[in-house]
Amino acid sequence: MTAPRKRLSTATLVLLPFWAVVIAAYIGTMLWTVQISFTASKLLPVDDYVGFAQYERLFSSTRWIVSMQNAVIFGVLFITGALVLGFLLAVVLDQRVRFENTLRTIFLYPYAMSFIVTGLIWQWLMNPGLGIQKTVRDWGFESFSFAWAVDRDMALYALVLAGLWQASGLVMALMLAGLRGVDEEIWKASRIDGIPAWRVYLFVVVPMLRPLIVTAVVLLSISVVKAFDLVVALTNGGPGISSDMPAKFVMDNLFTRQNIGLATAAATVMLITVAAVLVPWIYAEYFRKTRKGAAA
Amino acid sequence: MSLETARPRGPHGESAALAFRATEPGRAAGSAAAHERSPTRGRKPRHLTIGRIGLYGFVAIAAAFFILPAVVMILTSLKTMPEIREGSIFALPESFDLTAWIKAWSSACTGLDCDGIRVGFWNSVLITVPSTILSIAAGATLGYALSFWRVKGADILFAVLLLGAFLPYQIFLYPMVRAFSMVGLYNTLFCIVIVHVIFGLPIMTLIFRNFYAGLPVELFNAARVDGGGFFRIFWNVMLPMSTPILIVAAILQITNIWNDFILGLVFAGRENLPMTVQLNNVVNSTYGEREYNLNMAATILTAAVPLLVYFVSGRWFVRGIAAGAVKG
Amino acid sequence: MSQQSATVDKRPSHQRASRMNERQGAGHTPPGRPAGETAGIAEPSVSVRELDIAFGAHKVISGLDLDVSPGEFIVLLGPSGCGKSTLLNAIAGLLDISDGEIWIDGKNVTWAEPKDRGIGMVFQSYALYPRMSVEKNLSFGLRISKLPKAEIDGRVARVAELLQLDGLLKRRPSELSGGQRQRVAIGRALVRNVDVFLFDEPLSNLDAKLRNELRVEIKKLHQRLGNTMIYVTHDQIEAMTLADRIAVMRGGVIQQLGAPKEIYRKPVNRFVASFIGSPSMNFFDGELRGSAEASAGRLPAGPVFQLGGSGAASSVPLARYDFIERAPAQSRAAVFGIRPEHIALGDQPDGHFSAEGKVDLVEAMGADTIVWTSLAGVPLTIRTDGETEIRPGETIRFGFDPASACVFDAGSDLRL
Repeated sequence: MTAPRKRLSTATLVLLPFWAVVIAAYIGTMLWTVQISFTASKLLPVDDYVGFAQYERLFSSTRWIVSMQNAVIFGVLFITGALVLGFLLAVVLDQRVRFENTLRTIFLYPYAMSFIVTGLIWQWLMNPGLGIQKTVRDWGFESFSFAWAVDRDMALYALVLAGLWQASGLVMALMLAGLRGVDEEIWKASRIDGIPAWRVYLFVVVPMLRPLIVTAVVLLSISVVKAFDLVVALTNGGPGISSDMPAKFVMDNLFTRQNIGLATAAATVMLITVAAVLVPWIYAEYFRKTRKGAAA
Repeated sequence: MSLETARPRGPHGESAALAFRATEPGRAAGSAAAHERSPTRGRKPRHLTIGRIGLYGFVAIAAAFFILPAVVMILTSLKTMPEIREGSIFALPESFDLTAWIKAWSSACTGLDCDGIRVGFWNSVLITVPSTILSIAAGATLGYALSFWRVKGADILFAVLLLGAFLPYQIFLYPMVRAFSMVGLYNTLFCIVIVHVIFGLPIMTLIFRNFYAGLPVELFNAARVDGGGFFRIFWNVMLPMSTPILIVAAILQITNIWNDFILGLVFAGRENLPMTVQLNNVVNSTYGEREYNLNMAATILTAAVPLLVYFVSGRWFVRGIAAGAVKG
Repeated sequence: MSQQSATVDKRPSHQRASRMNERQGAGHTPPGRPAGETAGIAEPSVSVRELDIAFGAHKVISGLDLDVSPGEFIVLLGPSGCGKSTLLNAIAGLLDISDGEIWIDGKNVTWAEPKDRGIGMVFQSYALYPRMSVEKNLSFGLRISKLPKAEIDGRVARVAELLQLDGLLKRRPSELSGGQRQRVAIGRALVRNVDVFLFDEPLSNLDAKLRNELRVEIKKLHQRLGNTMIYVTHDQIEAMTLADRIAVMRGGVIQQLGAPKEIYRKPVNRFVASFIGSPSMNFFDGELRGSAEASAGRLPAGPVFQLGGSGAASSVPLARYDFIERAPAQSRAAVFGIRPEHIALGDQPDGHFSAEGKVDLVEAMGADTIVWTSLAGVPLTIRTDGETEIRPGETIRFGFDPASACVFDAGSDLRL
């Protein structure tokens, strides 16, 4: 028996413009970027296909290699640092300290500010002539050095520090929410069993917070991949290329160096890297346990 | 301020957990009210132990780490340049000198123009208001459609959007620039608003979808039996229940869009550069002697809007952070 | 009338349904309806034909047929996941079916929108619109269909009076008690002035006392309005008390459709027998011996059920048992079932089964007492009055009338 299918529903019609946006603005632009990366395009896209030449050029570019290394170092330090600091802050706030509300506000407010603002504040604090370094040296610690942003060896860590300042509060807020959700009876049971609190935190609570930790890691990873604003504001990739990042590499080659073939090749490499991590994660988080359709 | 009483493992720990639980934006609103009945606890006073001292030591250092940059920023903005050169970065200003603020607002130079950061401020307002409204409208509609209406391929649409949320902008930017130039919209206010709506769509859709997925399907079914269509159910049944998530979405989008740098830089055009871009120009592109007091005043002014949102919204801000990231 | 016949003709064959109805011999069920026979017999109010529903690859309902007469109160009963709510939602048009047809009041509504099916529905979680007053909740659907205001007000007032909601019209759902909320939900179905009401476990969110009260109210409402009602529940007490007919479901299939008494007395298979009744029916694996092989001795001739052991105490005479066909001539593996309330204590009259057992446990439940003992090595529960003085450890005599028992085929689980 063939049933008459439903006519085109309003919902289907409503989804059409969204499909258009997704196909044009997300998928279309992405494919276009990938396509350009296989051409010899410089200032404007051209149809002169050169195979993987741009990729060969890219991976023989010191600046790109340094950017990638920087992204990895920055990513690892920033994510682990923010997780550890954020978790410690959350645990501390979980200890019935006084002024908890005020402290939480203090720990989190940097997250409300942009990376540009963050970068500029730390640029000032790390000012070699007038910043913290000068003040501390005036106190008598002559060898104190805090001019990281203009120091070839330290510029990357300046980014990490500023990043931690901005984003640790986020981890704190997420973790605190998780800690407050921990069943009180677990604490009662551990007190009766005489298990020290730190052990409970480490071996009982942390595993319970796994979903929140994953969430925090994902959020922090996004800021690592998108790290552009902070770099521009704090070090502008310098000194030299010592704190360059892939996102900045792409932007420079796209909009100032008129090297769009190389830039799109770099963007494609970024895309592949992110996708390799994300696709399995999204699949696991959203589609494995998605609920059956609305009416089911 | 109610959260100050929300101690762990206290008699009200459970409701505190609820109010703070990120995964349940809908429910937290209700229990927030319960907090206002701040109880006084009859616990024995704690003795100061070594552990307790260590704890407060850590808290003090951490608080200093987070608060000092802001303090320095404010202090610097109130000093005169000679004072900055002579004294310590932590020193109090000799007098409250607001010249740097006035200059930053109305006559700081961003490149060639010297009209102050206020130009950027108003540009950011013009960008943020329509972008926020449109992206919330789009995200709410799509989130609602994805949660309640079974449309073929909706899962794929959502998956692509989710993926898009995590990908670096760099992969989309250049073709978008080309496309907007082709239709003559590049470097316009309209262009930057559309771009914000497009890139805000994933997160908005996600939080609304999660919110609506948490509502009982029966409510939707009841409305369908009552004869409601797509928009009728959305407007009369779902939206009136969506106040909490609308607030969360507004907080999220206002701060996100105000804080945006890269999209404004690329799409807004010289006439419409948002405040963040202008701020960076003021600070990083000036030649000659740098006016640090002015820079810091301009920085504070730029951070003022999201900070205001943060301090006014309080707990809602945290829920905004979590709402987008927690799975539905 | 001719038009109606034409409508009937268009339907697919329903031999399967009529066979099923015959087998259960339910008096309420309209017989199979070749066009000519419909005269004088009411058109079914709701009719489901060869319904298939699948979620992805998972078949939830397959080949289901159901006819509901006008004014009939039918209960879909089964454990969770049996497909009863799915069936109800399909009738309501809230989910897309894979195959089959659904007819309501003589119209094929298989692909009609829920609002166009002439149904009202009451949900388990009440599903009241939280931001609307009771009055707005009741009138929402009427306002959507743009009825004149006077008509809307009149209907709302009538329903409010019927359900004693008069004083609550201006309140929000959050300001109502659970019972009041469910009455509003029922009211929302009533104002639609439809012939068919669907209830999806409407009482399961209420506490026991309210549940009983509202159950009575729903029963009264049905007697007063005479509408067709299809009611989903997993609570057998609701099913037994409310239904004209019960459809017991499992695995997306109607196991048995019949009057409550019939379902209780003559369950078609072991599943229905075990699902209905509390405590559950006692089951014994064993062997059904045909009359030809009846054991000699003091037992009367005729078929017996061998409970597993040997001797008189483990042979149940089945002379009084009413086989569906006739007593099998050959021995076969079978399952014997007897309800706890059909077992009597003390000496038994002739023709009844009688045995002795040691009491393991006594559960006093107030009006009743459940006595746990064993028979042929299998635990056995007996339901007796609340006044009994039996204590654990005692040896008791008990027995039952085999006519009240059930014998099932060991392979197919069907009643013999």
